[in-house]
Amino acid sequence: MILARVVGTVVSTRKEEKIKGIKFLLLEKIDPVTLQGKGDYLVAMDCVGAGKGEIVFYVSGSSARMTAITEGKPSDAAIVAIVDEIEVDGKVVYQKDAVVTT
Amino acid sequence: MILAKVVGTVVASQKNDGITGGKYLLVRACDTRGREKGEYLVALDLVGSGRGEVVLISQGSSARQTEFTYQKAIDCVIVGIVDRIEENGQVVFRKEEGR
Repeated sequence: MILARVVGTVVSTRKEEKIKGIKFLLLEKIDPVTLQGKGDYLVAMDCVGAGKGEIVFYVSGSSARMTAITEGKPSDAAIVAIVDEIEVDGKVVYQKDAVVTT
Repeated sequence: MILAKVVGTVVASQKNDGITGGKYLLVRACDTRGREKGEYLVALDLVGSGRGEVVLISQGSSARQTEFTYQKAIDCVIVGIVDRIEENGQVVFRKEEGR
């Protein structure tokens, strides 16, 4: 799975019948240590109710069809988790909803 | 498979129903000497890996070919902890020393 931040939404009214009613979120891959965006974007189907700004991880390829929402659908990227905390080398580098003091 | 080093952990309480439970580790691709380089991945740990260990990562649909991940929304799992790597007749990585 790959870590990314929800940076927006993508709306498509004329689309393949099977993917009607599914929410598309715009993700930007992040460097897990610096949490900086890598300028590498993708559109993923939301399977956990992720919100803007949240860090998530997503599955791609056929595994993206292994959720109740995306089963049997032309989906190759599905958000499967909202990240609460990332620890690297013993240091917590990200904590959801933590007040960011810079 | 690729070689990767366990560099941290990722905690996620809100997960898709299919993949609750299990320990998610942050790994980074490494070279044959266990030196980190390359992309970071979140991998489901199936073998009790610890930080600093070099592990074997399986990705894509193959990641679902285990008892725990069968038909689950998972595309990256740790399938083994590396003890030794021999390259061109020379041992280039050994578990304890390599940390």
